[in-house]
Amino acid sequence: MSSPDGTAPPDRPDGTASDETEPKIEDLVHEDAGPTPQFGGLASEHAEHEAAQQPAEVMTESGVEAAGTKATTETGGKLELGPVGHLGDRLFGGLARGSGGLVVLIVAFVGIFLLALAIPALIDDKSSFLFSRIWEPGGDEPRFGIAALFYTTVISSIIAMLIAVPIAIGVALFVTYYAPKRLAAPVAHAVDLLAAVPSIIYGLWGILFFAPILRPVINGLSSALGWIPLFEKPPGDNVGVVFTASVVLAIMILPVVTAISREIFAQTPISHREGALALGATRWEMIRLSVLPYGRSGVVSASMLGLGRALGETVAVLIILSVPNGNDPWNSSIFAGGETFASKIANNAAEFDSPEKTGAYIAAGLVLFVVTFLVNSAARIIVDRSTPGAKRPRRNRRAGAATEGASA
Amino acid sequence: MAKRIEVSGLNVYYGDFKAVEDVSMTVEPRSVTAFIGPSGCGKSTFLRTLNRMHEVIPGARVEGKVMLDQQDLYGNGVDPVAVRRVVGMVFQRPNPFPTMSIFDNVASGLKLNGVKDRKKLTEVVESSLKGANLWNEVKDRLDKPGAGLSGGQQQRLCIARAIAVEPEVILMDEPCSALDPISTLAIEDLIEKLKDRFTVVIVTHNMQQAARVSDQTAFFNLAATGKPGRLIEMAPTKQIFSNPGEKATEDYITGRFG
Repeated sequence: MSSPDGTAPPDRPDGTASDETEPKIEDLVHEDAGPTPQFGGLASEHAEHEAAQQPAEVMTESGVEAAGTKATTETGGKLELGPVGHLGDRLFGGLARGSGGLVVLIVAFVGIFLLALAIPALIDDKSSFLFSRIWEPGGDEPRFGIAALFYTTVISSIIAMLIAVPIAIGVALFVTYYAPKRLAAPVAHAVDLLAAVPSIIYGLWGILFFAPILRPVINGLSSALGWIPLFEKPPGDNVGVVFTASVVLAIMILPVVTAISREIFAQTPISHREGALALGATRWEMIRLSVLPYGRSGVVSASMLGLGRALGETVAVLIILSVPNGNDPWNSSIFAGGETFASKIANNAAEFDSPEKTGAYIAAGLVLFVVTFLVNSAARIIVDRSTPGAKRPRRNRRAGAATEGASA
Repeated sequence: MAKRIEVSGLNVYYGDFKAVEDVSMTVEPRSVTAFIGPSGCGKSTFLRTLNRMHEVIPGARVEGKVMLDQQDLYGNGVDPVAVRRVVGMVFQRPNPFPTMSIFDNVASGLKLNGVKDRKKLTEVVESSLKGANLWNEVKDRLDKPGAGLSGGQQQRLCIARAIAVEPEVILMDEPCSALDPISTLAIEDLIEKLKDRFTVVIVTHNMQQAARVSDQTAFFNLAATGKPGRLIEMAPTKQIFSNPGEKATEDYITGRFG
């Protein structure tokens, strides 16, 4: 656990160090700013500084004395330097610690709950939990595995990400560098609004309105790429397929990916952009030379966060995906129906009648929890490692300055 | 490879605010021209109009003419991108592309111009780094990121990047103000060398620097806060620092104000 207290000290010296060097450079510039000797000016500045500091010290001393007259009379002129604690400090500190601890506790309890209920069911499982595609929990011989669920969950989310990320990058670049100001804000708000639409609406809209529109796309893709099993269209006119769910998921994760990309693109330092423009870069070349390299890690982590959302999305997927008939052979095509972890659990919530059955679903939920957790952690690690302007380049700069000083 | 700049009656506006008023001057080829003046007097703004970099700021516009050997930089059909390919610029803070290697930084301008031949790129990178007095320090680590160099080396890398495309003019906007004195000296030596090949225009707050490196000096000043900046006087550097024509110039260079 890295508390704010733990992280602050390494940052603070950095800040002060750079603050100290800045004025020094300025001083140097000022010092030789004119042919006339300026030492007099500098000296008087110092004098002023001291003069300004002294009254301040006197004032604080007298202030302390005035506040603690009782203490001074008792200790005979000694300053009161004991701990300064106020009720507000303790109260707020306690609240903050409590809140921090509570969050960790909740996460731990969710994990423990999932494990405690899943483990007995997993022990009774008569087939391979990770590699079996059968799902027949309950009864004397429970057999269940997550392979099919895992496949559908991951493939639908990855396709959603592949569709959403390029569009998100395009929208983010349009809003930050192409659109005139009065157009940029409405477009950005419109994309943000997509995040405010409840997922049940996406589900209904997706299956009733959008799926029929997608049918020609599905037919076209399958006739062109049908020789790949992934794109092989099973007979029938089913539109509640993984591909439809993916496209709707893409729309659902578009706002979060766009918002983060937009923020990071807008933060590209003007000096980087001017560097490119001064070389005679066009707007696209400027974006390619300065904005995209600067924003790359942000876009990657935004995509991962979007992926995390897509993995866990329940209601929209539940409504769109048609559950395959139990007798049909399993189909790996994205133009077939299927079930994700979340939609499987939600679909069968009515079946949680025996602990064995419930345990099987909870075990599936646990896998989803772990996968989502891993994806989010990966996003976080990427962000931490390569946040623009992070510690690494700064340290390099200082090391470089040191070597140059030495070589000179 | 060096051209004369003739500016006549130039006004610069940011929206409704007039930042620079009625500047006319001639910048001679293969020479160093320094712009000096107090902060906010419009010298950097004026410098940026010489390669249309001021247009990066929304609402900025100019009136008047900037001629580069008979060609009007603000004429009809002139693309600012094309202008910047012949009038290069070096900024106050070194700004190499942080994710690129030293080699790619220098080659970036050529690549923008469509040069793909590896041999040609290697040649130009070497000659540009030599031209920027940086070759000996970086020749063994051309594939390392440019951001790993010291501030002074980064600034020389930026100069190498600017001269790699063989511009007609190089503009420098306070190129040493973020550097230590030793790095500053290296840049000043370099400016001396650059004027053999290029027209160099430099904005500086450091009057000794202007005196050391420039052939011509232009002094800019404001009539009052909120008023536009003006060119007060432009003359050979020696004359400006020994026998300025205007009282304001004398006051400024002797440190009586600004």
